[in-house]
Amino acid sequence: MSARILVVAEHDGTRLNPSTAKCVSCAGTLAGAEIVVAVCAADAAAVAAQAAQLAGVSRVLTVENPANRHALAAVLAPQVVALAAPFSHVLGPSTTFGKDLMARVAGLLDAPQVSDIMAIESAQRFRRPIYAGNAILTVELAGGGKVVGTVRAASFEAAATGGSAPIEKVALHLELPTHTRFVSVSAAKTDRPDLQTARRVISGGRALGSADGFKILYSLADKIGAAVGASRAAVDAGYAPNEMQVGQTGKIIAPELYVAVGISGAIQHLTGIKDARTIVAINKDGEAPIFEVADFGLVGDLFQIIPEIEKLVG
Amino acid sequence: MKRILVGIKRVVDYNVRIRVKPDGSGVAIDGVKMSINPFDEIALEEALRIRERGGADEVLAASVGPADCQQQLRTALAMGADRALHVQADGVLEPLVVARALLKLVEREQPLLVILGKQAIDDDNGQTGQLLAALWNRPQATYASKLELADGSARVTREVDAGLETLEVDLPAVVTTDLRLNEPRYVKLPDIMKAKKKPLDTLGLEALGVSPRQQLRLVRFEPPPQRQKGIRVKDAAELVAALKKKGLL
Repeated sequence: MSARILVVAEHDGTRLNPSTAKCVSCAGTLAGAEIVVAVCAADAAAVAAQAAQLAGVSRVLTVENPANRHALAAVLAPQVVALAAPFSHVLGPSTTFGKDLMARVAGLLDAPQVSDIMAIESAQRFRRPIYAGNAILTVELAGGGKVVGTVRAASFEAAATGGSAPIEKVALHLELPTHTRFVSVSAAKTDRPDLQTARRVISGGRALGSADGFKILYSLADKIGAAVGASRAAVDAGYAPNEMQVGQTGKIIAPELYVAVGISGAIQHLTGIKDARTIVAINKDGEAPIFEVADFGLVGDLFQIIPEIEKLVG
Repeated sequence: MKRILVGIKRVVDYNVRIRVKPDGSGVAIDGVKMSINPFDEIALEEALRIRERGGADEVLAASVGPADCQQQLRTALAMGADRALHVQADGVLEPLVVARALLKLVEREQPLLVILGKQAIDDDNGQTGQLLAALWNRPQATYASKLELADGSARVTREVDAGLETLEVDLPAVVTTDLRLNEPRYVKLPDIMKAKKKPLDTLGLEALGVSPRQQLRLVRFEPPPQRQKGIRVKDAAELVAALKKKGLL
C-alpha cells in the first residue's frame, strides 16, 4: 500500500511559507506517495493557489474559518485531525509553527511523532538528529498506524513550482476551542531576506559588543543581499532580537554562504549551520572552535575586517 | 491550593560532548555528568518566582524515568520546589508515554499551571508539552519568554520565528519555556541539606495506569558526517577573492 501524506501548510494568510515547499519535497522522497497539502486559513484562496503549484502535490484541501486568522495550535489541531483520517503520514515543518502544532496533532491522534525528519528511508523509517545534531538516529514505526512528523527544512531543497493541483474546499463542522486567544505579534520590519531561506547569511556573536556593533553587519548584509543572524550569546546580551538566533534552539539554516563574525562556535550554534554550503569564520581568537568547521577562516579584528570586505565587494 | 506542576528530565549535562557507541546501539552515557534539562530548570525557576510573588502556593516537581531521576528531583527540591513526584519507569520512554504519565499526575494534583521545558537537549523531540495539552484538552503556550498570571488566565509571550507573539490562555494551561524566560538560581548548600527532608514520593508508571508502549523502534545511532576543515586566509582581500572565485559573492 503506498503512502498517503498530508502536509500541513504554514502561511501568514497571504503567502505560503517556504518551509511548506520543503515538506512537500521531503514527502516526495518517498516513491509513489500521494501528497496532499492542507491549508487552514480565514481566507485560503491565495495560499492554496501557491500550494497547488508545488511539484508533486496531487490535491490541495482548504478549510476556511475566521478562527484561523492567526495560527493557534489549539484551534488548528482538531481541524488537521479531521482531515488526517485517510492519510498514513501527517507532516508539518520544523518551524515554531509546525513544532507547536504537529505535536498537538499527534496527541489528539494518539500517534507517534518523528521530530526533525532529515531523511525518509521508507514509509516506516526516518532519520533525525538528536543531541544537538551530535548523533543521527534512525527510527522505525513499530505498528502500522499513522505517524506524525516535523520536517527539518535545512535537509531538503524546496519543491519546484509549475504544478497545477486541484483545490478542494472542505467544510468541517467542529466546535473549536476558545480557551486560547491571539493578542499580538511584534516582528521587526526588515527588507532583508528571510533568515531561514536566504542564500547568504551573516551572523554576529557577542564580540560585536552591542546592538550598535551589529550595524556593520547590517551594512555589509545589505550590500550583498544577505540575511543577518546572531548567536545565542548575542541575543541573550540584547544585541539582536530573538528571531535572529541561529542554533539548536533557534533557527536551523542551510544557506549557500554563512559568515560567522565574532562567534566562537559553541556546539549548539554549529548544529544550526552544519548544512551551510560554505562557512566563513572571522574571529580574533584563532583557537575558536568555529574554525574547525569553517571552509575559510580569517583571524583578526572584525571591526576592521567587515568594513574592508564591504569596500571590496562594493 | 494553587499549585504549579513542573516537569524535570534527567539528561546528559549541557557541557558534555557525547559519543555514539561504535556498534551504533546508542550514545555512550556511562559515567558522564547528568543534570536537569536546562529548559526544565527554567520552568522550575519560573514556577518558584510565581510562588514567591504570591501567584501560587505550591510548586511540585515531577520526573518520569529510572530511579536515578531522584537525584535531579532532589536538586529541584534544593532549588525550592515544595515536593517531588517520581514516576518510576525504565527503558525507552517516548514523549507520548511521558505525557500520559504527566496527565495522570495532573488529574491527581489539579494544578493551575503546568510548566515544562520546550525540549530536552538529549532527544530534542520537543513534544511533551503539546502532547500533554492535547490529551488534557487544555491550552498550550510554547516557547515562552514572558509569563504573566491573572485571575483565571495567563498572558504568555512566545519566541516564534517571526518575532514575539503574545497569547492569552485560560487556566489551567501548559506552558513550555524558552531560554530567555529567566535565569535559574544557583542552589546553596544549606538548601541541599533542607531538600533531603522534603517529600519525594515514587509511583509506578503502570500503577498509574500508563502502558510503556514503544511505537518507534530505535534502529541505529550514527555520528554525524564531519565537515572538512578548510583553509586560513590572511586578510579580507584574500577572503573576498576566494568567495568571488567560488561564485558566492
